Amino acid sequence: MTQAIELNQVWKFYGDYAALRDCTLTVGEGSSCALLGRNGAGKTTLLRILAGLTHFQRGTVTLFGEKPRGENARRNSGFLGHGIGVYEDLSARENLHFFASITGAGNLRSLTDTWLERVGLAKVATMPVRQFSRGMRQRLALARTFIHSPKILLLDEPFTSLDDRAIAMLSELLIDARQRGATIVLSTHQLREALAIASHVALVENGRLRYTGERTQEMLDDPALLYRMHTQLGVAE
Amino acid sequence: MNLLTQAFAVARKDLAIELRTKESLNAAGSFAIVILLIFSFAFDSFADEMNEFGGGLLWLVFAFAGALVFNRGFARELPNECLDTLLASPLSAAALVLGKAFANFVTLLVVEFVSMLVFGIFYSVDWSSQAGGIALVFALTTWGVSILGAVFGALTVNLRLRELMLPVIIYPLMMPILIAAIELTDAVLQHHSVGSQIQWVRVLVASDIVFTALAWALADTILVT
Repeated sequence: MTQAIELNQVWKFYGDYAALRDCTLTVGEGSSCALLGRNGAGKTTLLRILAGLTHFQRGTVTLFGEKPRGENARRNSGFLGHGIGVYEDLSARENLHFFASITGAGNLRSLTDTWLERVGLAKVATMPVRQFSRGMRQRLALARTFIHSPKILLLDEPFTSLDDRAIAMLSELLIDARQRGATIVLSTHQLREALAIASHVALVENGRLRYTGERTQEMLDDPALLYRMHTQLGVAE
Repeated sequence: MNLLTQAFAVARKDLAIELRTKESLNAAGSFAIVILLIFSFAFDSFADEMNEFGGGLLWLVFAFAGALVFNRGFARELPNECLDTLLASPLSAAALVLGKAFANFVTLLVVEFVSMLVFGIFYSVDWSSQAGGIALVFALTTWGVSILGAVFGALTVNLRLRELMLPVIIYPLMMPILIAAIELTDAVLQHHSVGSQIQWVRVLVASDIVFTALAWALADTILVT
């Protein structure tokens, strides 16, 4: 299997504090990797490095063989962080049109209309986002992330604070993305949702990757199993 | 997708937001007009000496009004973490900075145009006699300060005191551009042609090229933490 993402012995420091310590991880093309761990474990830092938003001090990171800030790496990635990443003073249509235009996508009008329809915002397409409810904003953010059909999806706690409709929509979009061969890395606290989607799991604690491997049926049956395994690893150390 | 197409997309988006909110236009425009009004009482606006310091007065106003415009450029990307979204997108950092500079340029030109009309009324200046020359001076100067404003707006966007830090950093760097602009504007006010002060035009062109090249080369380093 071709490797879509490769991290090799990555260290990231904030001053003297090591946010990531010697992290090595490979994610195969078409895989879906759930990045699990407690608050402050280093999940967001890892995702920000993959998205090219943060420099790291040691190690190497490649997305399809290219550095994260490389043009092709960014063209092939879709990132959803803690913020929704849309403009309050623009309408939903203007937001999507803008984000589609900077990806170099063709036929912007039809692409924008398709996604507005898909996330259920076609009827309010011309309304400024500041008048949207929280759920509508979240759906717009999902459309913004997926609009250029990225080959790699980097999602930082995407289920957090989503309403029911948006959770269903995100799950559907992730399944579609997997079917078209996209690689997904998502950090989350929602073990059940993440494990249902994931083909692989990576567990982060104190900046170290404690476990990486395929998601097993045992994990699905008992989502807390990983944390118990991690505790055992911690004792063994 | 090429750099300029991406930069124009960013500029179009920023100008659409500015047209809707008028945050920078209202702040910079009202500031410029109030200062010109105060100066018209402070100085004898019909004195001959006015032609000697009119350029300095105008560019002093535009430099301060510019800081109000430049501060909003990248600050606009902070709500909802739009800056991270843009940096993780296929948009290049250089296109982002250039796009911000284009938007700064257009916004500041609008403020300058209105201010020049007001200045013309207060100080009985007829700009139309050298419209081409003065347009060239304003375009070259405004691009120079706009690209500086965009670069240092990017550099200070995450600082808590960015409104204070941005002017402190950019004014010293603006000096060659502002000096050239003041000399050329004074020449126009004294009914000399811009061509008679060609050395200052060269300073403006050189500054624009150097600052634009630096913005293009350093954008990624400045924006990624």
